[in-house]
Parts: sequence; C-alpha cells; structure tokens
Amino acid sequence: MKLSYEWLKEWVAVPWDVGELGSRLTMAGFELEGIATNGEDSILELGVTPNRGDVMSVLGLAREVAALTGAPMTGPAFRPVAAELPDTFPVQVDDPQACPTFCGRVIRGVNNQAVTPGWLTARLQSADVRSVSPIVDVTNYVLLELGQPMHAYDLTTLRGEIRVRRARSAERLQLLDARTVDLSDDMLVIADRDGAVGLAGIMGGARTAVATATRDVFLEVAFFAPSAIQGRARRLGLQTDASQHYERGVDPTLPERAMERASALLIEIAGGRVGPLTQVHSSQHEPKRLPVSLRRTQLARLLGTSVDPERVTAVFAALQMKARAIPSGWEVTPPPHRFDITIEADLIEEVARMVGFDTIAERDGDAAHHFPDVPRARPPEAAVLEVMSARGYHEAITYAFVDPQLQQRLFPDRPALALGNPISSDLSVMRVSLWPGLLRAAAENQRRQQDRIRLLEHGVCFVAGNGAALEIDMLAGIACGERLPEQWGVPRPGRERVDFFDVKADLESLLAATGAPDAFSFEAGQLSCLHPGRAARLLRQARPVGWIGELHPEIVRELDFTYPPILFEVEFYDALRVDPGAYAEVSRFPMVRRDLAIVIDENVSLSALRERVTLSSSSLLRQCRVFDVYRGPGLETGTKSIALGLIFQDFSRTLTDEDVDQNVASIVAGLRVSLNAKIRE
Amino acid sequence: MNDAAELVARALGAIASSADLGSLDAVRVQWLGKKGELTAALKSLGSLPEGKRRAAGQDINAAKAQVQSALEARRAELERRQVEEELIAGRIDVTLPGRGEERGGLHPVTLARLRIETLFTRAGFDLAVGPEIEDDFHNFEALNIPVNHPARALHDTFYFPDGKLLRTHTSPVQIRAMLARGAPLAVIAPGRVYRCDHDLTHSPMFHQLEGLVVGENVSFANLKACLHGFLGGFFERDLSMRLRPSYFPFTEPSAEVDISCVFCAGAGCRTCKQTGWLEIAGCGMVHPNVLTASGVDAERYTGYAFGAGIDRLAMLLYGVNDLRLFFENDLRFLRQFQAF
Repeated sequence: MKLSYEWLKEWVAVPWDVGELGSRLTMAGFELEGIATNGEDSILELGVTPNRGDVMSVLGLAREVAALTGAPMTGPAFRPVAAELPDTFPVQVDDPQACPTFCGRVIRGVNNQAVTPGWLTARLQSADVRSVSPIVDVTNYVLLELGQPMHAYDLTTLRGEIRVRRARSAERLQLLDARTVDLSDDMLVIADRDGAVGLAGIMGGARTAVATATRDVFLEVAFFAPSAIQGRARRLGLQTDASQHYERGVDPTLPERAMERASALLIEIAGGRVGPLTQVHSSQHEPKRLPVSLRRTQLARLLGTSVDPERVTAVFAALQMKARAIPSGWEVTPPPHRFDITIEADLIEEVARMVGFDTIAERDGDAAHHFPDVPRARPPEAAVLEVMSARGYHEAITYAFVDPQLQQRLFPDRPALALGNPISSDLSVMRVSLWPGLLRAAAENQRRQQDRIRLLEHGVCFVAGNGAALEIDMLAGIACGERLPEQWGVPRPGRERVDFFDVKADLESLLAATGAPDAFSFEAGQLSCLHPGRAARLLRQARPVGWIGELHPEIVRELDFTYPPILFEVEFYDALRVDPGAYAEVSRFPMVRRDLAIVIDENVSLSALRERVTLSSSSLLRQCRVFDVYRGPGLETGTKSIALGLIFQDFSRTLTDEDVDQNVASIVAGLRVSLNAKIRE
Repeated sequence: MNDAAELVARALGAIASSADLGSLDAVRVQWLGKKGELTAALKSLGSLPEGKRRAAGQDINAAKAQVQSALEARRAELERRQVEEELIAGRIDVTLPGRGEERGGLHPVTLARLRIETLFTRAGFDLAVGPEIEDDFHNFEALNIPVNHPARALHDTFYFPDGKLLRTHTSPVQIRAMLARGAPLAVIAPGRVYRCDHDLTHSPMFHQLEGLVVGENVSFANLKACLHGFLGGFFERDLSMRLRPSYFPFTEPSAEVDISCVFCAGAGCRTCKQTGWLEIAGCGMVHPNVLTASGVDAERYTGYAFGAGIDRLAMLLYGVNDLRLFFENDLRFLRQFQAF
C-alpha cells in the first residue's frame, strides 16, 4: 500500500525522516518497496502481508509507528455530526452473522458538482486514487485514512428499503463498472425492493450509483465478517480495495466513527444536511476478541532467548492489547482491529517483532548425530549426470508441461494429463516423456546455429492412469549432428553424424556404472516416434526400463532437423539401480585368443549369435568380442560376416592348444547346426 | 710392426668416416668379419717364422682390440645421434587441442541444488521428497491455508480437472515428512514447483528448497543460526543476515530473510536495487496447526521451517541476471557450466 508521509504525521509524531521510517517499518514487518514523491510529500510504498488488514490505512500504520516510538496518537478527534434532518431510510439485515453492524445515513442537498479541494485530491493521488466527485472522493478518503470501506447510493434510486441478504440463485447484478455478474447463494448482497443494488463488501451496483447530478445520498458503512467476503471477489474475477479490506478484516468498532468522519467531510466540501445515524447492530454476532495466554516458558523456548517480563508487558501496552498477569505469564486480549491474534505463537511473534528479530542471538541446535539410510542400490544423481557430462552431454531443464500436439505426435498411445488452466495452449499437458521437451530444446538450438547437440535431462514424467497419476523419474538424452566436435585430430570420415551406436555406447557406459552391465539387453522394438528399423527397447533382466532409437524420418522432417536425432530414455531408479556386486577371483593363468569369421544370415542378430556361442562352449570361454561386421563382395547377398574374438582362460592351469581347439570346434559345430553358419577361412 | 699400425690407422679412419649404423657395420665386417682384413692378418701369422709369430700375434690382437673398442665407441655415438634425431623428428605441437569428445556439463540450477544438498546433509539433514502433483490437503489445507484464505490469491495455482494441482511450493513435503517420519526430524526438500505466472522475473516452473527441523526445544535462535550458517557456507563468505517480520500461514512467527548483497557486500548496487540487501528466503516457527495436521504433538515439539528459491540462489552464485536463461536450454549458455 502507499502511505503519505505528511498524512501519517497528522496522526502520530514521527521522529524519523522518510528513509528511516521506511527501514523501521520494514523491520517491523511492513517492507519498504520504494519511495516516491508527490509534490512536497513523500510516498512510501509498503508491502502489507495478508494477515494485517488492520494496517492498510493511515490510522493503522500510525498505530504501528506509535507502538514503535511510544508516542501518543494525534489524529482528528472523533466528533459526531449533529442531525439537521429527521430523514432515515429503512434497513433490514437478514444475515446478522455476515453483517453484524450496518450504519446508514441520509444526506440531502449535496452539491456533487462542487470541486474537491486540492489538499484532499492530493492525498487521494498519493494512493493513486483519481478524484471523481465530492461524494466518491470522500468515501475513498475515509477508506485510505481509517481503513473502513463505505458506499454511497443515490437516495432517489433506492426502492423501499435496504436489505442485507444472501443472493438468490440465478440472481444477476450489474456492477458500477458496468459488468454484469451471476451471483450465487453464498454471496452477500445489499438489495432494495427491486433486487440487488450491490455486492456486499466488494462493489456497488450500477442502478443506484451516485452521479454528478446526485443531490440526496444514502451512505452505508458496515462491518462484514471476513468469512462472508473471502474468495467471492476472486471467484468473480474482481479485486477491489473494499474486498481486500473486508477479506482481511476491518475493525468492527469503526463504522460509526467512519460515518461521522465522512459526513463531516462531505458537508464541508459539498454542503448538504444530514439525517440521524441509524445502526442495525447485533452484538451477539460481532467478532469477539478472546483472551490468549502466553507462558513465559514457551516464549523463551520458542524464541531461544529470554525477554524481560517488563518489556513484554510494555510491548502489549504499546500494541493496545490488554495484558493481565497470570501465574504462568500473561493473559492478553487483542484490540478489535487485530484479527490475527488467536494463539500463543501469535503473541510470541508480536513480542519478537517489537523487540526486534535482530536482538535474538543465533544459537546452534542440539546436534544429535544420526546416520541416515544410504542405500547402495540407489543411483547417485550427481554421478549419473557426471558420467553423461563426461561424454559430452549438457544437462537441460525443460518445462514439465508440453505442447499437446507434439506429444500426441510422438506418443499417440500414452494418455496425458491436461491442465485445467494452462499458461498457454502449447504448454497445456503434462509430459509423458522427456523427449518432447528435449526435441524442442534441440530444435531451438539448431535454429541458433548450434549444429552439434548433446542434451540430457533428469526429471519426472506423468503417467495418467485410472486414479492417481504416477510420477516416474526419467533420464533422457538427445544427440544430433556430427559424431565428434570439429577437430584437427580426427580425419573427416571419422566425423560423420552421430548414429544409434554412438548413443548406445553413451548409454552403455551409464549402464555399466550400475555394476550389472550383463543384466541389460537391447531388443529391436517398435515405438511410433522412432525409426522402425533403428529402435530398441532396453530390458533389465526381462523388465522394460527404457528406449533408444533414431527419430522417425517423418518427424525429423516435420521438426526441421538437419540430421536425425538419436534419443534415449530410461527409468532413473529402475534402470540405473546399482548392484555393487562382490569381488570375483582373477585368474593368474594366461589367456588364449582365437578369432573366427562367421557368415550367417542377415536376420540373425548378434545377441542370438552370442547366445549360441555361449551355449556351445565350455566355461573356459571368458569373453566373446565382436571386432568386425562385413557385408559385400565375396559374400552372398542376405548374409553377413561377423568376426569374433574368443578368449579362453582357466582358473587352475595353463590351457593347451587341444583344450582351445576342442572348444572352438564345438562352437563351430554348434553354430553350423543352430544358425546354419559358415566359417570364413 | 708397420703392417699392424697401418691397418689400425686405416680401420680407425674408416670407422670415423662411417655416418650411420649401417656403414659402421660394413666397416666392422670389412675389418673384423670372417673375411675381414684383421682376421686375414691373424690367419696369415702361420706363414711367419716361429720367432716372429708370437710378437706379430700380439700386435695384431692389440690392433684388433683397438679397432673393436673404436667400433663400440662409434656405435654408441651413432646410436645416441640417431635417438637425438628421432626425438627431433618426433616433436609435436603440444598446443594443438586434444582428440575426441568435448565435456558437457550439469545445469547451473542442478549444480546449486547439489551444493545445497551437500551443505545440509553434512549438517545432519535428510533429503525428503514429495510428488509434484499434489492435493489440496497437502498443498494448502494442512499448511493452515483453508479455502478462501487470502494467501491463496498469492499462489497462482495450476489445477487439473479432478481438483488436483501442481504444487505451488515445496512446503507440502513438510507435511509428508512429518506424517511419514514423525518427530524429531531435520529434513530438506529441494524440488520443482509451479505457478501460473510468466514474465521477466517469473517462470511457470521453478525450484524451491524447503527445510524443516522439529524437536523438543527447537527455537527461533536455532533457525537464525541454521540459515546464517547455510547462506554463509553456500556463498563462501562472511555475510550479514537480517530477519524481517512477515507472514506465512504455516509459520508463526514468520520472517523474510535478507542477506547482505553478495555483489556489493552491502554497499548498494543494481542487483540489490541499492538497498544493500537481497531477499533470499522465507522462514518461521512451524504453526501449531501444521504440527497437529501432521500428527506431531504441538505441545511437546516445536519446529522451524524455511523456503528459498534455488534458481535465485543459482543466479546469485553464478551472476546470472535473467531467470529465463535457465529454461531456454541454449547450448551457448549451458556450455559455460562445465565445472563440477
């Protein structure tokens, strides 16, 4: 809110200049956000937290300043205006719980074409309020000064009586700002015999609004319970000064005082004769301030320091709280304007705030050593990211909501959760994979002339199902462009564009870090967004834990990629679960290597070949490496030659040529029978 | 014996003029080989008279030894020279870049988060997590923010049609941690949060750090020590910290945390808008209603909680001046973060 320095000084002696006042208020909980000038005056822009509706006025901040300085309040005295007319207007309150106090007054013969004096418009201006007419200006002035919202009706437009009641369902109201709103039955309205004339505590209606020609007015100053106002304005897309005050709580004892202040100002500026103040009041429903106890021990315990009891008593007095000594400490009754003091901790905050948070010395907590669970199976995030980082990937962070069209194109089979109120239509569904975000990021980088792209992301994906959505931690990457960065040390042919096997190696280096590289297998698979011949499902034992593949050529074109990106995605915790394993003995005997070139049908996968080799050999076979794959001249079409390096070793003796020959012969025989393989000499 | 002396002189001349190991070996064969001149001279001794044979034999053997050692010396010299030449020929430009892949790097927000996690776990905090799609109870209700509470207006919440929402802060993890672990406890919960707000200084998705300590005598003084210790540790400097009274529905008392500006040390600069202070976190003593909603005895236990923006901490740590850079994933930006 904006506070005029000069206006404040009318209400309380201020021993500080504007800057110092700003710092003091900041440290009392009202953050100074800026200082502006308005003529000779300085305007402080202050942040007021939603629990402190009582300081949203000159009066309220003057009270805080008085509490800080100990100086008395000096504001304009409360003086009732003598009635010159007998006229009143009937008021009926149907819902006294929502409206415990309703003050009304008729004022006739007002000259609403009079010019509001400069001193008053200057003060309105200090709070960015535009001068409209004497009647409106006065109600705004009283709101700024006392924090009491009020409303003026053109008396001649009111029919029969004022009734404070719940809106009827399907009731409509045209507001002052010409908007028409549909009301619901939990909203409180001010109505006359012809229907609603205002949304209580929020905004008046258009039909009964004062105009320049208005001469006779009916002034309304009411107390509405916060619970009767809260949320309604927001639901209607409205936010008014009045609703902000009422939602936070207005001093229930203010209406009469505000009415007199407004009446006096209005007749001073625009003339007119006032009728008697009428009041419909239900003391039973007026909010009661209940006493709250504060224990000395709890004060010291929660703050971690002790405060002199006399100082505590003085703080309560300065804040206009009635504090009574009780054996354990104090029993404190807050003043009517404080809606925020209901429990002991609220009182402790007030004490801490007034003695200053800075006077509470820092103290380390009692450190009890305890050892948390550190499961070895849990993949360490930093190390995972570091592995990929060392292989050239840059970690990206993309939004968790993505473009539904792109996501649908990539994953037509995966249902996505849609946001009810997205920030934009292209960020309106929750991601089912990290790929939409990474593809977008890669495409944008390509647009910025970054042709060699390696991006990685770790984040949650959202799987819609029946019932609660599943959140799954995923790790995904995208690689696009040349295999290696442009460099002198690798000849051009080595710098072809990245392919499936480059990225597979990146992924395998990560999988090896689980300690269980043999637990993984890659199985040719179909995913609609991937190239049908260049996609694999990653399995850990038999469980699917991820995908790797080249983006489908059609999507490559649609997204305008120069080179087809290679993508991978794995379930962070399932795929990367660490299996630290145990030490296995190292053989001290020499290894023997035999190379075999095997010609097999093109359709036989390496993993099938490898499986056969293992099955046909004895346990002496330690390793089976692939060192060449050849197709072309010298081979029948539809076949390929795979060169295997077979490594044999025993734990108890040096192998003889016969041992190895026997094994190789059995492998060759096995492959001939099972895969119809030929051995290439 | 002029013959021997002459042979030696010729042999030494040939050795000295041999320019490489190949020609040196030819010289060796010429003089000491099976058909070499000195070998022949030795063989010819038989034709000498008995009396001269012995002396001549001694001369030739001495000559042979002399030639042998000259050959050895020359060989060593030529080998040394050859190594030298190889070293000169094998010289490389060590300033040329290394071969292979370039290093990537972690995202600066992740780097800041990992640093935060390290600091807190070393101080004895556990890590806690919670879902990003939350329900009203954990995100608002249990945090003392009932329906219609004005504080809800400050949370621009993304909703799903079924009433679930994207968490607007990491505070719901407080509730989950207390319900799951009970008191006492000390946890931090870093995580992604969402608000439907998008402008120069707001991103619809950002990162928060939540902290919660509950124990029998946890105090505001402890809270101050914890935050000051963390912030000083994070920025590796002796900074000033101040707490300003504020309001959060889930803490009482509540405070905003300012630190002396890490760029100007409090003198006033653009980053701190000339105030010398940077607002860095919100904190307070856990509201008894929150303890109760989380199944913790609010009479027996007290607690403190705090929340800070990880993105903001990362911006200050790396001097990044525009929040949006964190989510554009521009490689030209990301490549600047290669360090651990």
